[in-house]
Amino acid sequence: MTVLAVAEHRRGELRDVSHELAGAGRELADATDSELHLAVVSGDAASFGDELVREGVDAVHTVDYGEEFNHDVYVQAVEQLADGLEPDYLLLPHTVNGLDYAPAVAERLGLPIVTDAVGMDADGALEVTREMYGSKVETTIEVESERAVVTLRPAEWPQPPKGGDAPVEPFDASIDESAVRSTVTGFEEVAGGDVDISEADVLVSVGRGIEEEDNLDIVWDLAEALDATVSASRPVVDSGWLPKNRQVGQSGKVVTPDVYIAIGISGAVQHVAGMKGADTVIAINTDPNAPIFDIADYGIVDDLFDVVPALTEQFGG
Amino acid sequence: MKVLVTVTDVAVVDDEFEIDGLDVDDRYLSYELNEWDDYAVEEAVQIAEDGADVEVVTVTVGPERSEETIRKALAKGADRAVRVWDDAIAGRDLLDAETKAELLAAVAREEDPDLILSGVQSGDDSFAATGVTLAEKLGEEWAAVVNHFELEEGVASVHRELEGGVEELTDVELPAVLTIQTGINEPRYASLRGIRQAQNKPLDVQTLGDLGLDESALETPLRWTATYEPEAEGEATVFEGGVDETAGELAAVLREAGVGQ
Repeated sequence: MTVLAVAEHRRGELRDVSHELAGAGRELADATDSELHLAVVSGDAASFGDELVREGVDAVHTVDYGEEFNHDVYVQAVEQLADGLEPDYLLLPHTVNGLDYAPAVAERLGLPIVTDAVGMDADGALEVTREMYGSKVETTIEVESERAVVTLRPAEWPQPPKGGDAPVEPFDASIDESAVRSTVTGFEEVAGGDVDISEADVLVSVGRGIEEEDNLDIVWDLAEALDATVSASRPVVDSGWLPKNRQVGQSGKVVTPDVYIAIGISGAVQHVAGMKGADTVIAINTDPNAPIFDIADYGIVDDLFDVVPALTEQFGG
Repeated sequence: MKVLVTVTDVAVVDDEFEIDGLDVDDRYLSYELNEWDDYAVEEAVQIAEDGADVEVVTVTVGPERSEETIRKALAKGADRAVRVWDDAIAGRDLLDAETKAELLAAVAREEDPDLILSGVQSGDDSFAATGVTLAEKLGEEWAAVVNHFELEEGVASVHRELEGGVEELTDVELPAVLTIQTGINEPRYASLRGIRQAQNKPLDVQTLGDLGLDESALETPLRWTATYEPEAEGEATVFEGGVDETAGELAAVLREAGVGQ
């Protein structure tokens, strides 16, 4: 039996999730007495292939076609790899690009797909753990078929140690160019500007709990009193109340300040991905079950409209 | 031109809740228009306002309850709505992305839109796979996680929001399914006039049979087997008491860390 995991790269670099897929793939392969194969499609496939060789990897397949991710190429290449290797489980990343091809691969192969897995148990039928309702509950989904596509949440599985001697073999995929009906024309950096929140020592970060744009004043006042920089979670930026360069999280910036004060931020996984490296995390939120308290060092469960001005006052603001 | 928008009413869980069987007890759930779909509806309505002769149709898989949400989309400017429901669907615990896409595809084949807009994901089960599965079932192009797009002759030029403040610029051939990311626009509030008009807009209910499907369309090897509250991982020191007290204690922590000196 075989587990096949497909790596992800962008602009010349393999992304971390590729090795995490190998870590998860090895666990699943051990539980199902399978071989773990990895594949990488496009870019400098041969050198990515060498990088993918780690402990526990049995073989690496490289598809040399084009530079960057293109979903029409990926769908064809992965379909052909799956036809050739007949994996029981196909592990793909739950990333923006993973979302752009994994469902199509599953559909084309006629396989069920379970997305955004945070855990897998293959002692018997495959049971996938995932979250619902913004991480408020965990659920398990059992896969009753023998084969399935599972997309894995980044940063949930360990990367295997370097080493190993898996063969790296070119895979000859025949890409039908007439079926490539999308073209990647370029990339754009969108989080530039005058402020670099990733350089700040102290961040006062504001989320959906602030409710209205006018209410941001109390956050600016606190930041001024603390000589801190203001950042935000996604909903505040989506609403246009703060610019994109202030956004902390998966689609914004990754920050590692000494102190991170999360105000009215629930702590969705996409946000936490951008700030879990902070030394000290302080959370102010009315919901005692908000996931932000799982990673906070200090917290106040109370109305931010009371707490924030009171805190500002403590610093003479 | 016709734009089809997939619209879901999602369950939102109260801060305090209990689990009953496989799901959160209904007493702690309220329902609202899925946030991502709100942006997709707005995008479709803006296309209709900018162009001549554009029809915006919403499609929902949901029980009668969801008509309240559907009317909201109509009040914001969609022209008419299709709601798919059936006793056979009501009997299911889990409506996985493939099954949902199968139902939506049947509607899309009847409507034959030039463009389909879908939210990136729903706020409750967050599969984030329905739109792309739908495109593949229809044999159409797609782009996932779109935060800007422009339509030209037969092509959608899209920006896909990648991780880390980077956008990918891609051209996809139409017809296509675009999954819409939050922040792409500023969704409007429905006007009183819009709310009144929505009451008279067509809302067509379709069963499996109406769509030429039978219960085999609902078959899936996926079973929802358990739901539980995750163990709290946190070791946060939570300050308790009145706000002056808690703010004072927090201030001491901050001073200790060298903040605000």
